[in-house]
Amino acid sequence: MIEWQPLFLTFKLALVTTALLLIIAVPLSYWLAYSKSKVKPIIETLVSMPLVLPPTVLGFYLLIAFSPSSTVGNWLNDYLDLQLIFSFQGLVFASIIYSLPFMVQPLQSGFTNISTSIIEASYVLGKTKTETLFKVLLPNMKSSILTGLVLAFAHTIGEFGVVLMIGGNIPGETKVASIAIYDEVEALNYTMANTYSIILFAITFSILLLVYIVNGGYIKQFKK
Amino acid sequence: MTHISVQKKLLAADGEMQLNVNITLEQGKLTAIYGPSGAGKTSLLRIIAGLLKADKGSIIVNQKTWLDSSKNIFLKPQERKVGFVFQEYALFPNMTVQENLLFALDKGQNKKNVDDLIAITELENLKNRKPENLSGGQKQRVALARALVRKPDVLMLDEPLSSLDLSMRNKLQDYILKVHKEYNLTTVLISHEVGEIVKMSDTVIILEKGEVVKQGKPFDVFTNKQISGKFQFTGDIINIQKEDIIYVVTILIGISFVKVVAEENEIIDLNIGDTVMVASKAFNPIFQKIK
Repeated sequence: MIEWQPLFLTFKLALVTTALLLIIAVPLSYWLAYSKSKVKPIIETLVSMPLVLPPTVLGFYLLIAFSPSSTVGNWLNDYLDLQLIFSFQGLVFASIIYSLPFMVQPLQSGFTNISTSIIEASYVLGKTKTETLFKVLLPNMKSSILTGLVLAFAHTIGEFGVVLMIGGNIPGETKVASIAIYDEVEALNYTMANTYSIILFAITFSILLLVYIVNGGYIKQFKK
Repeated sequence: MTHISVQKKLLAADGEMQLNVNITLEQGKLTAIYGPSGAGKTSLLRIIAGLLKADKGSIIVNQKTWLDSSKNIFLKPQERKVGFVFQEYALFPNMTVQENLLFALDKGQNKKNVDDLIAITELENLKNRKPENLSGGQKQRVALARALVRKPDVLMLDEPLSSLDLSMRNKLQDYILKVHKEYNLTTVLISHEVGEIVKMSDTVIILEKGEVVKQGKPFDVFTNKQISGKFQFTGDIINIQKEDIIYVVTILIGISFVKVVAEENEIIDLNIGDTVMVASKAFNPIFQKIK
């Protein structure tokens, strides 16, 4: 009998991560898109690091940083009562860092693609930067936002290395679908591994397909 | 009254350039700014709007200081009451025509203003359309109406008509004049068209390499007083052709071609693409209404 918990956990993790990422990435990518600061290239590099770094490296350093014997881990534990090692919160934190470029880059290019005169028009009409962000910028980059959401979501579903390093394999807490598949294969339980894999395959395929349909304007064509 | 006295170092195509402008705009008057590309026309408008910071100077609009570098005063674009019509329209693509105008309203401002502007620019039938479904002329009408929603102290138009065809341009000129008079605006218009400037503006300022080189009534500024021609036009040479012992110079004036006969010594410094003045003073030209 298939265990639904790892799948359920995977989607819970992906949803929470994506939602938090959106909140973090909007101001961050806004700053990256418009700032002329000298530290910008450094921040850009840091954000993009997870694209090239092996997930195990990221997981390893997070493990070291958050272990209860380290200063950071100790502080988090003492003052915020937060355990980031082998816990769901830890997975969320690691996933946010790991999927950050997948959310930030589409948003950043969405911001830079909006013509400057539209932004200036809004300022000249007396609108503040915040009003302009929510009423002019974000509504005119919906497809970038959708791309960011979906990529971050799908990328979190596909996480393995980071989760293994920092989360381990605790059922109901950190045992996500990708870990479960690995587990089943280790136990030579190929049928079960196949069931999980097919479900993941089907769901990610549908999500990506939906994005291409929406962003490619295929729905609009039917409406006409 | 609006006093503008600003200086700014600009990067032009051929190196650095010092923009140094000292002008006065009269309430209710339309001032045109004319000059070659890269003369600093758009930069000047952007400095007035607060989109570009001047290095030094002051801008005082109806006794209110928008900029005074000696006292460290710099009002943000949001705090200046300006209307700005961009060359590329800059309408918000996510909003309909009406929503574009409503967005411009200040907090607590009466919505009736928007309805009035929609009526005056004849946008009733288009008010629920998105900008992507409008023609260039319609978009520019929306941009004009939107710039007026907040009742600006200064209305600025940055080559608003340059991408429109001739008949559309004529109509838009009339709309601009209509709102300019109706709202008693102080208007600044950048234009490359001498005809447009003569038709629309009360004063013209000619800007070259960041400096005001000439200003005054458009007709006086543009007509060369040395020739008392009965009629004179400026046009561009598009062809010079030798026929027997004389030359035929074809000149494009507006959208009409004129062929003028010239002798060899007259065409020595003339090249295709040169701008020339065509004048006649011996005959009295006849004209009749055709449209």
